[in-house]
Formats: sequence, C-alpha cells, structure tokens
Amino acid sequence: MRWVELRRALGRVAHLASEFYDAPYRGAVARAKRDEDDLFMLLVFSEMMGVPNPVSYYTLELQPLLLERFHEWHVRMGMEHSPLDEFRCC
Amino acid sequence: MSAIVPAIVGLAALALGYRFYSRFIAERIYRLDPAFETPSHAQRDDVDYLPTNKVVLWGHHFTSVAGAAPIIGPAIAIIWGWLPAFIWVVAGTVFFAGVHDFGAIWASVRNRGTSLGALTGEVVGPRARILLMIVIFLLLVMVNAVFAVAISTAFVATPSSVIPAWSAIAVAIVIGLLIYRAKIPILWPTIGGTVVLYAVIWVGDLVPVSLPGTFLGLAPGPQWIVVLFAYATIASLLPVWLLLQPRDYINGIQLFIALGLLLTAVFLANPTVVAPAFNQNPPSGTPPLVPLLFVTIACGAISGFHGLVSSGTTSKQLDREPDARFVGYGGSMGEGLLALSAIIAVSAGFATRADWDAAYTTFGATGIDTFVAGGSVIVAAGTGLPAGFAATLLAVMTVLFAGTTMDTSVRLQRYMIQEWGTIYKLPLLQNAYFATFLAVGACLALAFGAGGADGQGGMLIWPLFGTTNQLLAGLTLLVISVMLVKRGRRYAFTLVPMIFVTAMSFFSALYQLWDLFSTGRYFLAALDILIVIAAVFVILESTSAFLRERREGAEAPAV
Repeated sequence: MRWVELRRALGRVAHLASEFYDAPYRGAVARAKRDEDDLFMLLVFSEMMGVPNPVSYYTLELQPLLLERFHEWHVRMGMEHSPLDEFRCC
Repeated sequence: MSAIVPAIVGLAALALGYRFYSRFIAERIYRLDPAFETPSHAQRDDVDYLPTNKVVLWGHHFTSVAGAAPIIGPAIAIIWGWLPAFIWVVAGTVFFAGVHDFGAIWASVRNRGTSLGALTGEVVGPRARILLMIVIFLLLVMVNAVFAVAISTAFVATPSSVIPAWSAIAVAIVIGLLIYRAKIPILWPTIGGTVVLYAVIWVGDLVPVSLPGTFLGLAPGPQWIVVLFAYATIASLLPVWLLLQPRDYINGIQLFIALGLLLTAVFLANPTVVAPAFNQNPPSGTPPLVPLLFVTIACGAISGFHGLVSSGTTSKQLDREPDARFVGYGGSMGEGLLALSAIIAVSAGFATRADWDAAYTTFGATGIDTFVAGGSVIVAAGTGLPAGFAATLLAVMTVLFAGTTMDTSVRLQRYMIQEWGTIYKLPLLQNAYFATFLAVGACLALAFGAGGADGQGGMLIWPLFGTTNQLLAGLTLLVISVMLVKRGRRYAFTLVPMIFVTAMSFFSALYQLWDLFSTGRYFLAALDILIVIAAVFVILESTSAFLRERREGAEAPAV
C-alpha cells in the first residue's frame, strides 16, 4: 500500500518536474523540430524541384505520408495552393 | 542587531503585500475575471499557447526573472547602509515590482498574449514601440557586458568556482541529451545531475583554478571576459534543447536549494548585522543615495526585464486570469526574497564593522564576491558546512545565473539583429553567425570600454544597466496605465510607480553623465547620452499618450 502511494507521489513530482522543464521552451523546441521536419520534407520532394535525389526510389514511398504536413507547410509559407506543378495538394 | 529581525520584518511585509495589496489590485484595479477566456485556451496550439498549472508557471516565471542581478544590486547598494536598501527592496517588491509583473501578464492576457513590443505599439503607438526596441537592445548589450565583468571578477576572487561553473555546462548537455535523445524520464537525470553538480563543487573547492598573471597583455579578469564571450557566442548558436533548456532547469533547482539554505542558515546561525543602518561617511566617490539607490537595485525592487518574460511566455500559458496574481505578484516576491537574502548576506556576513568597512571602500567595487564572502560565513555557521564549500556553492550558483542570462540575451540580441535584417532587407544581418558576431562584438566593446581591459573598471556600468532596466519598467507601467485609463479605472497605482521609476532613472542618468564626463570616461558618457535621450522620449511619449487617453477616456463609459 505504502509503495503504491510513494509511486504515485513520485509520479506527481516527475510530472511537475517535466512541466517545469518543458513549459518555458515548448515553443522554441517545437519550432526547431518543425525546421528539421521541413528540411526532411525538402529532401523527400527534392526531385520535383530539380534537385537530383539518389534515393528517390525510397522517398517516393514517403510522399503520401507527408501530404498532411506538406499542406501545413505551404499554408504556413503563405502559399494558398501547392507550389509544385507535379504535386497537387488542395 | 540580529539579522533575524530584518529577515522576519521583510518576510512579513512581503506576505502582507501578497495577502492584501495584490488582492486589492486584482479585484479593484485589474479586475481579474475567472470567466475570461485566456489566450492559452482561446488560441491553444499546444506549442506556445497551452494552459499550464499555476505552480509550474510560477516556478518558471520566478526562475526566469530571478538571477544574478538581485544579488549584485544589493551587494553594491548597501554602501549607503543596509536600511535604505532594505526599505527599497521591500517597498519596491510590494508596491512596484509586484504590480508591474502582475500587470504585464494581465495586459498581455487581455491582448491575445502579445509580446510587450506589439502591445506597446497597439496601446501607446508606433513611436513608443521603436523606443522600446532601442531600450531593450541597450539593456541586452549592458546585461552581457555587466555580467561578463561580474563573472570574471567572481572567477578571480573565488578560483574554486571555476571547475564547477564550467562543469555545469557538461552536466546540462548530458541532461539535455538524456531527456531528448535517450528519452529517459526526467526524475533520474534531475537527481543525477544535482548530485554530480554538488560533487564537482566539492572537487572545485579542492582544485582552485587561476589564470596566468598576464596572457597576451591581458590580466586574468579580462582573459575571463574574452573566454565568457567565446562561450556565449557558441552557446547562443546551439539548439535550445541541448544547452539552454537543461541549464535553466538546473539553475531553477539551484535557486530553490540555495535560497532555502541561505534563509534557513540565517535563522540557525542568528548572525549580527554589522553594517550601519545608514552609512554616515560613505567612501569618497560614492554617488548620492537619491536617485542612485533606485537604479543600483533594479532587479529585486522593480525590473523592466520582467515585463519581457511576463508578456513573452507566461501570459501565453496562463490557465485562468486570476492565476496572474499568484504567478506575477508571487514571482516578483520570490525575487524580492532573493534580494533580501543578499542584503542580509552582505550586512551580517562580516565579523565586525571594520571588516565591513574594509570590503566597502569604493562604490561599484563590490558584487558577487562580496555576497559570497558574507553569505558563506552565514551558511557555514548555520548549517555546519565547511566555509570553503559554502563559498564555492554560492559563487557557482551566482555565476550560473549570470552565465545563463548571458547565453539568453546574446540569443535575443541575435534575433533582434536578424529581424532588422529582414525589415531592412539586408541579407548579411539575417545570417545567424554574422548577427551573433555583431551582438557579441558590441558587448565586448562595452565590457572593455567600461574599464574591464585593465581589470579596474569593475562594475562602473552597473548603475547604467539599472537605469536602462528602470526605463523599460517605466514603459511597461505606461502600457498598463494607458490600458487602465482606457477602461476608466483608477490608474494611480501603476502611474505613481511609473513616474517614480522614470524620474529616478532620468536623474540618475543625468548625474552619471556629469560624473562620467568629469572622470574622463567618454565611452560610457556617450552611452549615457543615449540613455538620457531615451529617457526624455519615454517621458514625452508617456505624457502625450496619457493625456490623449484621458481625454478620450473621459468621453467613454467605464468598463
């Protein structure tokens, strides 16, 4: 019984600590992650922009998975529709 | 007199301030509304805008605003005697800082969580916004210069703090990697990191590090300044999750431990206050108490820098509007408490009045090392820790605070320069490396121009830093006052502090101008002229905005 209570209390402390750790930097970390994701997306779509991509056989498979994120990206960049002729979005 | 007396009086005054004054402000002036939809709900994106537990938010607000400044300020200002510093810290926290921090959160929450810059533009006008940007940039340059000088002095005075202070960077990086890369639950890195940090403090105490007497013509102090700026350059270019975030986190833990240790030690050791209540014969060259006291102690009594934190991250994460009182007012109380401990350390940590007089021979020559010297005696007497270990502990804590502030403000400066690059379409300025180079160059020039090159300048620019900080506080209080006028509410509670801090900074800037000119320090005098001009514009801008709003407010119904 005591053990369970101790675990619960520790869990609460850990939750508070991780909130204390994350809260001030949540935005900065999310933006950094988004920048990395954008770079990855650029690699996946690089062929369409005329950048030769040696692994396009594999990245082609990823394109449908990135569709949602691609939409978010072009909206964020201020483009209403997909800027790529070969890749329609919305 | 026992140091417990000011400790209890101070604690009681802060508690009463929170219980009664902040409640009055919350209910009658800002009129916090539990039903108001805060930006964290209205604009929730789970990134910037996210409702956060008020205790967590208080913790991060408090640790972001409290740093080395509320320690250094009182350590210098006590030269006029401990009572003026004590009164200003207590009254400043209760009637100035609390209302300012709390108000900045409220103002931002009521304006979709916008930053102070955008808020000033919207509420006061575009000119005020530009003015604010200039004041912020000046403040950042000075923060870096002044903290670099302060840390270098601490390293020279307490060589045992060198190893632990630099090891803390490695500890932070390991914590960051463990949490983000290895995905280890936070509790273990926290415990491990804290234990390692205290272990290296012990090691540092055994192995003090001193730099060579001269290297490339530089004395040890200036050598450290160069090293510190090299660090700040690299650190500000690293991703935040790798260094800054874990560093801030360890500092937060350090702050709670050290503050608890210091206050407990005061009660256990019951030291005697040896500093005079009013110093009748301050050393020659000490500037007049009024107005200089009010800029020497900025953080700890009222600091404009807090407005940036309040409106930058805190307001976007506030769950309910009434939480603003706990987070904002409570956060500044925490900082007041730190300043109070610093006052006790430098007034009761010396054995006799003669020792105290020996430490306070020149205005601006004291700082972290004085706090460490006094505080470590109290901590050692109260807790039984070896005096050397206690001294290293306090020195490392203060150096870590100052170092993290440098890291953050170089980064902020870089963002500002890059933003100017975007606005004025200058691609070179948009480059992160070039922008950082410019930012660090400006700070380095100031640190050396202020007399750091010969290691004699000490904290000459400290009052200038305080003046700029108070100007920023004045601008924030102006924004809050204008918002109150627009709503037809009583505005005296923010307007009177605004007039007071702006007037004190204006007169301080004028006094320092005369002083710097007469001592032939033209570089700093030129900087001071900039501050005087900024102060004049703050006054003009405030008067015009205020009269305009009062005219319009008289016609509009009260809300």
